[in-house]
Amino acid sequence: MKWLAAFALILGSTMVYADGNKLSVPANPKWKEECGSCHIAYPPQLLTGDNWQRLMGGLDKHFGANATLNPGDNQEILDFLQRHAGRGGRNSASSLRISDTPWFTREHREVSNNTWSDPAVKSRSNCTACHVNAERGDWSERGIRIPGGQRGEGQGERHERGGERDDD
Amino acid sequence: MMTAGKICIALMVLAGANSAFAETPASIVSGYAAEAAKATPGFAPSAKRGQSFFTREWGVSREMPNCTACHGRNLKVDGKHVITGKRISPFAPAANPERFTSSAKVEKWFKRNCNEVAGRECTAAEKADFIQFVIQGEQS
Ligand code: HEC
Ligand code: HEC
Ligand code: HEC
Repeated sequence: MKWLAAFALILGSTMVYADGNKLSVPANPKWKEECGSCHIAYPPQLLTGDNWQRLMGGLDKHFGANATLNPGDNQEILDFLQRHAGRGGRNSASSLRISDTPWFTREHREVSNNTWSDPAVKSRSNCTACHVNAERGDWSERGIRIPGGQRGEGQGERHERGGERDDD
Repeated sequence: MMTAGKICIALMVLAGANSAFAETPASIVSGYAAEAAKATPGFAPSAKRGQSFFTREWGVSREMPNCTACHGRNLKVDGKHVITGKRISPFAPAANPERFTSSAKVEKWFKRNCNEVAGRECTAAEKADFIQFVIQGEQS
């Protein structure tokens, strides 16, 4: 039994997230609070440990915002991000943007330019414009709603959930 | 005396279960007001001044010209982050009881947002006025 549990743990932490449900992480209130106030707390799996280290080293100039933390919190959050980080070139971007990684580009290749420039989307970083349940950790295709009513093109049926998302 | 002391301790333990210090918007205003009074003897927080501070156009940042760029004009409804589009919950403590209940959080965001919008840190007086305004609501 113990062996099985350990195995499941190892498996869980290294599993390739073929689908959005695998982007969950253990609850970490500090990370949620500090990295989830200006935008959603982006899943750690979507950048490499090296990327996270560089990002956390430059919070004073963070994509045009100042997100500086005290050194203790910074270290704690960096440890957490690195523990759950992704691996390899497909999860890496020199801009330190998830939305510039090869993985992101590939996963979103069917999203049209019109959709990206829709005022309701505004920015590729605005994941919840389409992934309406992402704040609850649900990135599955079922939870995708393209603003303007367009669909992700050619991927079969998609449930359109009406209304505004309601987090917290 | 004994019982009062015991009740006091019990209350402190209870409060401790939620947070180290039971801070309220009013207690945070008092803290800033006391600090402001050192520079300006007799300082008293003013919701009216707080409101003009909140709606003032600073002309420092093109993207974030004022506090309302992200927090909206109406304290009772959600704001929206001007860059990321993320929903920001209302400022009014009546609409969001967690508002202004941690001086560390309040101070952290004043520091960030004042530098961003006003191009400098805010003074203790400005902070006291601002939270006073949030507590009292819209001034006519
Ligand atoms: C003070 C506000 C603020 C805080 C706090 C903040 N960020 Fe950001 N973050 C931003 C802004 C603004 C952007 C750029 C968004 C855009 O371009 O639309 C951004 C973008 C990002 C991106 C790139 C998104 C993309 O396009 O792929 C990552 C990754 C990121 N932040 C991680 C973090 C982490 C980790 C933390 C916690 C340590 C954090 N952020 C805290 C404001 C903030
Ligand atoms: C304009 C809408 C839009 C935005 C914004 C967007 N996505 Fe997506 N995303 C999609 C669509 C559509 C798909 C499905 C593609 C398909 O199945 O062909 C998708 C797929 C995904 C998947 C895979 C889901 C699965 O189960 O297969 C993940 C994970 C994901 N996106 C993460 C993100 C992250 C992280 C962000 C923000 C940095 C983001 N997305 C921003 C529309 C969007
Ligand atoms: C770029 C967007 C943006 C602007 C502009 C902005 N804020 Fe904020 N503010 C935020 C975010 C994001 C938070 C944290 C999320 C939350 O508390 O809901 C926040 C939180 C705060 C808090 C903490 C509230 C609490 O509950 O403790 C205070 C105080 C504050 N802001 C004051 C101001 C003041 C004063 C201005 C104008 C000088 C201002 N903000 C302008 C985005 C902004």
